[in-house]
Amino acid sequence: MSEAAALPPGEHPARGADPHLAHHFSSLERQVDASRLGMWLFLCTEVLLFAGLFTGYAVYRYSFPIAFAASARTSEIWAGTLNTVVLITSSLTVALAIHFVRTGRQRAAVVCLLITLAFALTFLGIKAIEYTAHFHEHQLPGRYYRFEGVRLPGASMYWALYFLMTGLHGLHVLIGMSVLGVIAWRTSRGYYTPHYYVGIELAGLYWHLVDLIWIFLFPLLYLI
Amino acid sequence: MDRLHYFVILTTFVMSTAVGLTAIFFFILYRRRSETQTTPHIEPAPLLEAAFVIIPLAFFLLWWVMGYRTAIGLATPPADAMDIYVQGKKWMWKFAYPGGPNSVNVLRVPSGRPVRLLMTSRDVIHSFYVPEFRVKQDVLPGRYSQVWFQAVEPGRFQILCAEYCGAGHSIMRGEVIVLKAEEYEDWVSAQHRGLATKQDGPPTALDFAPPLGNLVDQGRRLAQEQGCVKCHSVDGSQHIGPTWLDLYGRRERLSDGRIVNVDEGYITESMMDPFAKIVDGFKPVMPSFANKLAGPEVAAIVEYIKSLQSDAVRTGPSEGPAYAPVRGR
Amino acid sequence: MRQSEEDREKLGAPPAHDSYLTDGTTVMSWLNTRDHKRVGVMFLAAVVFFLFLGGVFALAIRMKLLYPGPFLFDALTYNRLFTLHGVTMIFLFMIPAIPSAFGNFVLPLMIGARDVAFPRLNLASFYVYLAGAVLAIWAMVHGGADTGWTFYTPYSTTTPTMLFPLLLGVFVLGFSSIMTGINFIVTVHTLRAPGVGWMRLPLFVWSIYATSIIQVLATPVLGLTVLLVALERVLQFGIFDPARGGDPVLFQHFFWFYSHPAVYIMVLPGMAVISECVATFSRKNPFGYKAIAFSSLGIAFVGFFTWGHHLFVAGQSVFDNGVFGVLSMFVGIFTAVKVFNWVGTMYRGAISFKTPFAYICGFLFFLVFGGMTGVALATVALDVHWHDTYFVVAHFHFIMVGAVIMAFLAALHYWFPKMFGRTYHEGWGLVAASLIILGFNATFIPQFLLGNNGMPRRYYQYPEHFQALNVASTAGATLLGFGFVIIFIYLLIALRWGPRCEQNPWRSKGFEWLTESPPPTHNFDRIPHITQDPHDYRTHAPSGVYADV
Ligand code: HEA
Ligand code: HEA
Ligand code: HEC
Ligand code: CUA
Ligand SMILES: [Cu+2]
Repeated sequence: MSEAAALPPGEHPARGADPHLAHHFSSLERQVDASRLGMWLFLCTEVLLFAGLFTGYAVYRYSFPIAFAASARTSEIWAGTLNTVVLITSSLTVALAIHFVRTGRQRAAVVCLLITLAFALTFLGIKAIEYTAHFHEHQLPGRYYRFEGVRLPGASMYWALYFLMTGLHGLHVLIGMSVLGVIAWRTSRGYYTPHYYVGIELAGLYWHLVDLIWIFLFPLLYLI
Repeated sequence: MDRLHYFVILTTFVMSTAVGLTAIFFFILYRRRSETQTTPHIEPAPLLEAAFVIIPLAFFLLWWVMGYRTAIGLATPPADAMDIYVQGKKWMWKFAYPGGPNSVNVLRVPSGRPVRLLMTSRDVIHSFYVPEFRVKQDVLPGRYSQVWFQAVEPGRFQILCAEYCGAGHSIMRGEVIVLKAEEYEDWVSAQHRGLATKQDGPPTALDFAPPLGNLVDQGRRLAQEQGCVKCHSVDGSQHIGPTWLDLYGRRERLSDGRIVNVDEGYITESMMDPFAKIVDGFKPVMPSFANKLAGPEVAAIVEYIKSLQSDAVRTGPSEGPAYAPVRGR
Repeated sequence: MRQSEEDREKLGAPPAHDSYLTDGTTVMSWLNTRDHKRVGVMFLAAVVFFLFLGGVFALAIRMKLLYPGPFLFDALTYNRLFTLHGVTMIFLFMIPAIPSAFGNFVLPLMIGARDVAFPRLNLASFYVYLAGAVLAIWAMVHGGADTGWTFYTPYSTTTPTMLFPLLLGVFVLGFSSIMTGINFIVTVHTLRAPGVGWMRLPLFVWSIYATSIIQVLATPVLGLTVLLVALERVLQFGIFDPARGGDPVLFQHFFWFYSHPAVYIMVLPGMAVISECVATFSRKNPFGYKAIAFSSLGIAFVGFFTWGHHLFVAGQSVFDNGVFGVLSMFVGIFTAVKVFNWVGTMYRGAISFKTPFAYICGFLFFLVFGGMTGVALATVALDVHWHDTYFVVAHFHFIMVGAVIMAFLAALHYWFPKMFGRTYHEGWGLVAASLIILGFNATFIPQFLLGNNGMPRRYYQYPEHFQALNVASTAGATLLGFGFVIIFIYLLIALRWGPRCEQNPWRSKGFEWLTESPPPTHNFDRIPHITQDPHDYRTHAPSGVYADV
């Protein structure tokens, strides 16, 4: 999105200065606007991706209210709660990182990003513990469901949705981690400046989305 | 419904031709005279744009009102409708009548009386379609759907499957035979007396539907004709071949140690290629019937074998849940 | 290299320098390009290839249907053929056809931009498309799948064919579509040249903009849906499996939530092309510019709420049927507004009957006929009879082949000089156009009759009394095929030996003609300052001047 291609002949000698500005944009603000808009659109697609699963959840919750409620009660609420706290805090650290870049404190920003990564890892670790527990209890989707605690039709559907939703979310956490990793590396190399920090800002947006989705998943899968 | 149909088709024709012709007409009228011609700037009057919206809207809404009212009628069976249970499966239709009789691919109904079909599927989605009656309804596994019609006159009408369901989709056909009310009553009581075979002439338009109403009876007769019962018993005693009693669903050990589940496929294979799988303790002496039996006949024999279950030899009533008839509209 | 002072005022004759075609001729210079024009051309080549592949499948289908009983190949092969035909035509040809090929090429030119907003994403979108195509082809080579392009469960979760890679391919193709969509929306928002206000955007851009919105909002749902089916096949999650409490109809809702809007992804770009061509060849300003522009957005919006009209007999409640029915009719209104305004554009114009105009006439007739049969299908009671018969097949071919392919061909002929700087043989163009329009009618009008008489679709064998009409349809398809072959030949010849053309052979006032044909790599030496509405034919003055930005 940011490439310093060769300028066409005779074009604005003054603009050549900024290495972030791509040849087809008239100004850096324009270019940053474009990146932001692009990111928001991408976030829309993400929301719609999950919207499908939420719809599925709504439909099957309506068909099997008792089985869903019973299954949700057997999920590891402590883990879910802890994970919620972890993710929300990590959103905060990302926001801080952006703030630090803006104010020119690259070092602090890198630290914040690394803390975020650590939180993300914690999140995945807790999730892994949960998954293992479910595997041992045979709280599994479809035909693998053999959990003795809840033997109602529709319970396996809860777990199908549980694994689909948390799995897809986990995948997003992974992607978010790689993005943040790259961003942290770039920040440490001084790529972002108080004048040009759109990359880290967008990564932050993405991370907030990952967080937001979890905030919807948590009550649906653990609480109600 | 057919009136609406003509009305809709007619407007469609008129409008599309009108648009096409106007384009041609404008071309003739406003041909380009010179390469450098200029043209006036024209904006439509708001009233004209409004007309562009309102005229089609009026037509479409008229269609919709007519169509929707008909659709409500189509979806609401009259209270006195007679119920018949339908089961679709790859690739045949099974019908179960109130009080017992069964049939495959041939549906008999009395004329002049509303009939409601309660339909479900054993495997994938099918769709019950009788073009002449203008009815179509998807038949889904795991739930019941319903459709109703009232045949006006006696006759024979084709049943087609309209939802893609695999290799046999296009030959998943059957036939509705509309009988006069008395004939229908006769047929039902004949069925009850087990005299089905006499009454049924083979359907003419339909080469794939088995000629007889009751597949199991037909299978029993074929098994005798073909000499299967020379080697196979139906009472549990072993003979030259394994007994057919409780065969369907059994787990059979083969001579090479494998275990097979006896299902339709295996039974068919045993008839067509008997040496492919030899049952443990028996000799490979069974002749192949590959070119001796037609498809529907194989199906009939399979159905017959399936009916030979020691706990419940169930030839009769339908398998669906009991529905209370729908009242009023 | 630099232009003289007076030339700079006039946009008619910019300096002659390297075009995007000659600026680097190695293979790598193409494969690694960031130039939207080159990406567009590569998409065009790919898309034409898949049109032919899909066409070969179509002809195989038609050959089999000459005869009611088993013929040529068995039922399983037939079922694979129509599945692959549908998948190829829709996902590999029609969805990327106009937006990714022509949209990529002309959209930045039309708004006076040097490139799309994210050139690398643009190139990536092409490679993602190729990856999806490779997966799909891999599936085809290894036996193909036999579910129909709609992948209905539970059949699709049980069939033993190679569905998994095909689903994966469709999933990947969806990404390509999303990338293109995002790119165009952002481009339109941020890269308009000075003077190009929203109400001055060429109508092509409006329509593509609306298309992109649908691409961005609907495609993720398709991605999720095919992913669920794929998972269901591998892991038996039971999401759509009635034996485990799943609901197969939920799949249909998911699928059509994408695939109904997707039909507008296909048709809106067609409408985009027609809006430009009608104005150019009538040499008239678009009649009711705002009406055409906003109806695109209207279609995009309302199109999201009509998916249920594919489920009229799937067990939906009568009330839902009614609601989806009436919403479908509203979409029809927006289309009607467009149609009337296009015809209005011709009023008092100066029409020249060139090859693209022939396709416009075809387009108008087929779109109205196909569209109105669509509305007829949305008339709930009638759909009960027509659903899943050849009537539906004819309906959508009227729009997708009749309208959209006509638009595609119109675009191909209209922008051929723009893209390659050469002209094709006009006489052959008209011959092929007439052949195609004729062949098209002969192919699909019999199919309306077949469906109306009750011939279900996806039928390998059919009752004998349908044979006559089927033979007619096959004959028509052959004509249609010949038409395509002719086009293919003369365009290839034109590509190599066609006479070079001037910058603006149609004397169009569309903004994309403000630069040379073929355009230089950076499109404009200096960004033009647009001073007129697009397609303002009151004067001969160029529609813009160079400005310093
Ligand atoms: C590009 C593709 C495209 C487009 C644009 C459309 C457009 C429309 N379609 Fe179509 N449709 C398909 C592709 C498309 N369709 C496909 C592929 C299928 C089958 C899928 C499958 O099952 O495999 C299908 C199936 C389909 C069905 C389901 C049929 C069935 O399976 O039973 C229905 C039902 O309502 C329908 C309706 C409509 C409507 C109302 C429109 C409207 O948008 C049409 C609007 C246009 C007009 C209305 C024309 C202009 C109007 C005028 C000029 C009006 C003048 C009139 C008067 C003054 C009276 N379509
Ligand atoms: C963009 C979409 C698109 C396009 C362009 C087409 C184009 C054509 N389609 Fe297609 N069709 C679909 C989308 C499309 N179709 C879909 C979605 C389905 C539903 C699938 C399903 O049920 O799942 C379908 C189903 C379908 C069926 C129904 C199959 C069935 O239900 O059993 C038929 C039958 O006639 C058919 C025919 C044709 C024909 C004759 C063309 C022609 O227009 C093709 C013309 C092109 C060529 C002919 C190729 C060019 C030339 C050559 C290859 C050179 C060789 C030829 C000669 C020398 C003659 N199509
Ligand atoms: C000559 C004697 C003979 C005749 C006649 C015969 N069978 Fe068999 N059948 C056998 C023998 C022996 C076996 C066991 C060996 C084998 O599996 O091939 C067998 C096995 C079978 C099986 C598999 C049973 C199992 O337990 O797995 C089926 C089904 C079957 N036969 C059907 C038929 C039908 C239907 C007919 C008539 C149309 C028929 N057979 C006629 C001798 C015969
Ligand atoms: Cu059963 Cu198609
Ligand atoms: Cu639709």
